[in-house]
Amino acid sequence: MPAAISVHPSRGQQVWRRFKSRVMAAVMLTCALAVMAPLFLVLYNLVHEGATSLDWHFFTQLPKPTGEVGGGMANAIVGTLVLLAMAAVIGVPFGVMGGVYLAEYGSDRVNDWLRFAADVLNGIPSIVWGMVVWALLVVPLKTFSAYAGGVALGLMMIPLVMRTTEEVLVLVPQGYREAALALGIARWRTIVVIVVRTALKGIITGILVALARVAGETAPLLFTALGNNFWARSLAAPVSALPLQIYAYALSPYDDWHRQAWAGALVLMALILLTNILVRFLSRERRFA
Amino acid sequence: MTEATRSLPADPPAAAPLTARSAPASRPAGDMEVAFDIQGFSLWYGALQALFDVTIQIPAQQVTAIIGPSGCGKSTFLRALNRMHELTPGTRIAGTLRLFGDDLYSSAIDPTQVRRRVGMVFQKSNPFPTMSIAENVLAGLRLNGVRDRGFLRERLEAALRMAALWDEVKDVLGRPGVSLSGGQQQRLCIARALAVEPETLLMDEPCSALDPIATAKIEELIRDLRTRYTVVIVTHNMQQAARLSDRTAFFYLGKLVEYDETRTIFMKPANPQTEAYVSGRFG
Amino acid sequence: MNAPGEAAPIPTGPPLAPPRRLADLAFRWIALLAALTIVALIGLVGWELYHGAGPAVRRFGIAFLGNSTWDPVTDRYGAWPFIFGTLVSSAIALVIAVPLGVATALYLTEFAPVRIRQPVIMIIEMLAAVPSVIFGLWGIFVLIPWMRDHFFRWLQGAFGFLPLFQGPIYGVSMLAGGIIVAIMILPIVTSISREILRSVPDLQREAAYALGATHWEVIRVAVLSYARRGIFGAAVLGLGRALGETMAVTMVIGNRPEVSASLFAPGYTLASVIANEFTEATSDLYLNALFELGLVLLILTVLVNVLAQLMLRTITGGASGKVN
Repeated sequence: MPAAISVHPSRGQQVWRRFKSRVMAAVMLTCALAVMAPLFLVLYNLVHEGATSLDWHFFTQLPKPTGEVGGGMANAIVGTLVLLAMAAVIGVPFGVMGGVYLAEYGSDRVNDWLRFAADVLNGIPSIVWGMVVWALLVVPLKTFSAYAGGVALGLMMIPLVMRTTEEVLVLVPQGYREAALALGIARWRTIVVIVVRTALKGIITGILVALARVAGETAPLLFTALGNNFWARSLAAPVSALPLQIYAYALSPYDDWHRQAWAGALVLMALILLTNILVRFLSRERRFA
Repeated sequence: MTEATRSLPADPPAAAPLTARSAPASRPAGDMEVAFDIQGFSLWYGALQALFDVTIQIPAQQVTAIIGPSGCGKSTFLRALNRMHELTPGTRIAGTLRLFGDDLYSSAIDPTQVRRRVGMVFQKSNPFPTMSIAENVLAGLRLNGVRDRGFLRERLEAALRMAALWDEVKDVLGRPGVSLSGGQQQRLCIARALAVEPETLLMDEPCSALDPIATAKIEELIRDLRTRYTVVIVTHNMQQAARLSDRTAFFYLGKLVEYDETRTIFMKPANPQTEAYVSGRFG
Repeated sequence: MNAPGEAAPIPTGPPLAPPRRLADLAFRWIALLAALTIVALIGLVGWELYHGAGPAVRRFGIAFLGNSTWDPVTDRYGAWPFIFGTLVSSAIALVIAVPLGVATALYLTEFAPVRIRQPVIMIIEMLAAVPSVIFGLWGIFVLIPWMRDHFFRWLQGAFGFLPLFQGPIYGVSMLAGGIIVAIMILPIVTSISREILRSVPDLQREAAYALGATHWEVIRVAVLSYARRGIFGAAVLGLGRALGETMAVTMVIGNRPEVSASLFAPGYTLASVIANEFTEATSDLYLNALFELGLVLLILTVLVNVLAQLMLRTITGGASGKVN
């Protein structure tokens, strides 16, 4: 039979094509596994290397002098919490109110530019924030400080919180706003008591996500909070933080500090994971009885 | 008399004609006090004109129905009565619109004040999701600064009774507003609107999302509300308009085509367009 | 019995307070000011960097970008090794992360059983939550030793004829930096690619199936070609993230300002040198030079991010903003 140009694939061709399809499916699956693997590896190592070091001493003691074995990261843990609190004081009001403006007021054109600007800010490397706040707060006050660290983290939070707040506010159905306004309730009250309250869970989860993000940031703290092996004298003095301590210990030549770096990393990771779990929990759909 | 006291009937009966208006009274036939007096009213959304020179007088303590095919401007007209169209940027109006003699669009009046006097119920019931039944009803009062708990309690019961909902919810006032059925939610919204004691009530197709039984309940409610309030209802359901209203206005393409007693509109309309619409030949 | 409309006379109470226009205006202005902090922040960042870099810019001019000397002792500075390091490590990261990310996104949209999708997505999101410094820690003590003793040796054995894989193996290297950044940008590349792939209309797939194509052929012909531009946008967005990574890179890249053809050689990136040397900067010019590096990094990152936003905006209709 002359082999004319056949529109129908031969048996052999079909088998090959189907085989190729199966192979590609397997390749995709392998890639997906490869992408997930690092998380498990990192978590495994964190627990394996760090869990045994998590004792009472670790959470309550200060670092020991260079080279000595023992000690803990109490100041770093407290420092992280203090910095996060300060970051929230800056990031939450500006972020939420800014999100309110984007969602409830403003014209389309202006808001598009504002959103664009927020996205640009979100893409700025965190080390640049460190340099900026260094020039802004550390140089004039002639000291590294917790304030500077908190401000650096807080400024990073503002565009994050603004975008997430706007997203949830926009989801609130217009009907609620209209109903409230039709009752003669003032516009600002409508926004605060009806719209924001309806979207409150979403706003809070957005804030938590932003906090979890900045909790792990080291670069902005390198030249603002600087780090401290003792308790900070005041908020206007250098302060320790978990990421800073982990970084310093990891680069050091001491095995004991390496061990503690793993432990500190485990604590930091646990903090972040717990926050993410909390966010997931809050984001569940509630059903009415 | 300041605008503020207009929104609530004053206590001493001698003070104001307001009291007489809101007390249950039977109006002698033919005694038509005008609630809304609208002259030459036009409305634009940007460059698009939606209402053309509407002149109409809506009587007090009666039910007036606004009918017409989709896009005829009936909802636009309704929303102009409590300045809700101003939520869309770029709208403007011309002409005058008075409520019991007060120009609602004068620069001396805040739209918020207008909306306290003119209540509105929407097509899709929208009880505030984060509030209980009681909180929903009282939202308009509480969010305007009323704190007296005894007064609020009384108002709560009165409004729910007027909305024919009290017996059904009096034991579960703390339940979320959204846990009620569709028809109950709409009555809740009516109670919420009535709680602030408006002078008039606007209803934008209030039953279109409800089943026939819930619709019947609300229609009965509307008939009874008429003794106290001026009701203006937009509806695409002509039978409903015929059942409920004392007067009917037919709108088409942004113009008021015909306005008369309901019987006349449905039995012997003067305008051929009206006749074509009510007999179902278009719309 | 409920008698609507015939209730007891409505209790009258205190008149409602007149609405205060002032409160509405004040609230609106407060919200506006809050939103404008964004603009203020951009201005602040730009100005501080420009101001801090000033003297160095004036002193070295445009040649700064191509100069390979970095000598604090004699106060001579050039940005080239760092620009080189940033670009190469990011390129390596893209080469690894984009195919893996797109493949994973394909797996999630085309092959994965529905029940597996959510857990996998969750795991990838958790990967995104791991801080850079923890990746760095893991990099130093787990990844580098393994790569130094096994992976790099194998690479050199198999591909040593290429200049890329020649030279001494220390462990800390440009390649290590690229690999760790790849791990860190995988979540975002995967997530955006997933969105892009999901936006491919089913009609395209169905048409291909109707022609008798196998699953893979449908993907190749109908899905990937349609999604090509979006995936490119996802890659650019990943690049934007890669450029700014600091901590993990600093900990594994070796921190030597040299330009080498070998991937096993240590490198240095713009962000790393700033992180390492900022607090040690002894002279004013040193600091200015570091600021100038920061300025270069900022401009590079902003340009790439803006490009990515523009590309993705036209495709996902503005949904790209929420990526963290």
